[in-house]
Amino acid sequence: MVFIIINGEGSRGDGRSFNELRSLKIESGVLKRADGSAYLEMGGNKILAAVYGPRESFIKRLLKPNTGVIRCKYNMAPFSVDDRKRPGPDRRSIEISKITAEALRPSLLLENFPHSMIDVSIEIIEAEGGTRCAGITAAAVALADAGIPMKDIVVGCAAGKVNDEIVLDLSEKEDKEGQSDVPIAIMPRTNEITLLQTDGILTEDELKLAIDLAIDGCHEISKIQKDALKKRYLSNF
Amino acid sequence: MIHVEDKGLVVPGEILAEEGYYSGRGTFKDGESIFSSLTGLVSLKNKKISVIPLKSKYLPKRGDVVIGKITDIRFSIWEVDLNSPYSGILPASEVFGRAKKDLSRVFGLGDVLFLRIVDVDEVNKVRLGLKGRGMGKFREGILTNITPTKVPRLIGKKGSMINMIKESTNCKIVVGQNGLVWIKGDKKMELITKKIIKMVDDESHTSGLTDRIKRRLYLITHGEELPEEDFNEDCTTDESDLDDTSDVSDEEYFESPKIENFKENLNGEDLSEDSSLSNEEKK
Repeated sequence: MVFIIINGEGSRGDGRSFNELRSLKIESGVLKRADGSAYLEMGGNKILAAVYGPRESFIKRLLKPNTGVIRCKYNMAPFSVDDRKRPGPDRRSIEISKITAEALRPSLLLENFPHSMIDVSIEIIEAEGGTRCAGITAAAVALADAGIPMKDIVVGCAAGKVNDEIVLDLSEKEDKEGQSDVPIAIMPRTNEITLLQTDGILTEDELKLAIDLAIDGCHEISKIQKDALKKRYLSNF
Repeated sequence: MIHVEDKGLVVPGEILAEEGYYSGRGTFKDGESIFSSLTGLVSLKNKKISVIPLKSKYLPKRGDVVIGKITDIRFSIWEVDLNSPYSGILPASEVFGRAKKDLSRVFGLGDVLFLRIVDVDEVNKVRLGLKGRGMGKFREGILTNITPTKVPRLIGKKGSMINMIKESTNCKIVVGQNGLVWIKGDKKMELITKKIIKMVDDESHTSGLTDRIKRRLYLITHGEELPEEDFNEDCTTDESDLDDTSDVSDEEYFESPKIENFKENLNGEDLSEDSSLSNEEKK
């Protein structure tokens, strides 16, 4: 692959400007046997999300008498990265599973489904940086597709610091070589932040700038999410 | 101020109206504004906005008539899967009265029953009963399912849709309010009926569905296209069906499938067999 290197302000490894997202495609309702599903392609990322439930669970200790619960499973396919990933959960994917569930939970209205469980599976088929945000984005579409009542469709996006510059939506290369990575997830209607992580070193002003930039990116992705949900039914009208 | 039109497609978090409107099912209020909480179609009635979901799970309600499958037999109850987040229990006393008998002799694992929900308590424990005409075990036939909110659409206005399917395929069809549908007839026809029901499920939000189903059924049963003159007559019925979809969320509307089911089962001899059996046991 040939990259055109532009020497000037706002230039990045892949020719994007500082506030530009990678190409994004979302499709909903791709899996037949899941209650809701979504497929997402963002740059080199290929992610499949499936939602099962609300359903009965036999793990009674996890259930709550006053509300439904959500459980997420983030899994990377062994072939999703350059060096084969050892299959099975590791420290990183357990962490991402947990933060995904916590990022999605505030948007869901699960009070109508006490004593039940919603299972979300996020499968990374190909990874190229920013899979946790893309995973949340795909999972939110799958949840909306499953007909689970929610206040808003959660959307995730990352910003970071590369070459002393704050940029949007880091690629794998930028993530590894860059100075900092700030993945966030928001509810776009109210701009409430449901996930905020930071990796690397940023000044206070830079962090604020990164969050604002990521929120703008989230709003852009949110439009594509909503289109994906509607497109499935509009073709029949 | 309203932001959407009747029968428009909305997604969660989308604004529906500001001030002067009431929030119905599938919506929530934030301040004075009303937002959708589901992916579905807008239903506007006398300033009341609701959203009818395109996909949903069945939530048990007292008095509903449902189809269930036995998943477990315990000492004095059967456990029944209702195609819902909550499974139901059928107490042995519903069948035997006070007498103690072996449960598995009456209903075995995997049997499909036609039941009524007697009670749903605050922790969503669903108690089922067999009292009522036509309640009991289904013999033979196949099971399929449809989104529970689309059950009224499958029935149609005064049973127009379901009767049309029944007549053309010569199948017996029973629709439970939990979205399970039992079909019995010629083996080939059963599969065709299943396909037709799937079509209703997939295309329930489109207009002119009754017409398309009619044409498809005619094509399958007669092996040729429906003549044009027949088509023109049905344009009137089509419009009335459009109104049906907006009625889906109405409480009263859910009543009609029940009556429909009873009529069907009055003629169903295999069902009445079972209910008479349970009466004998009680004596």
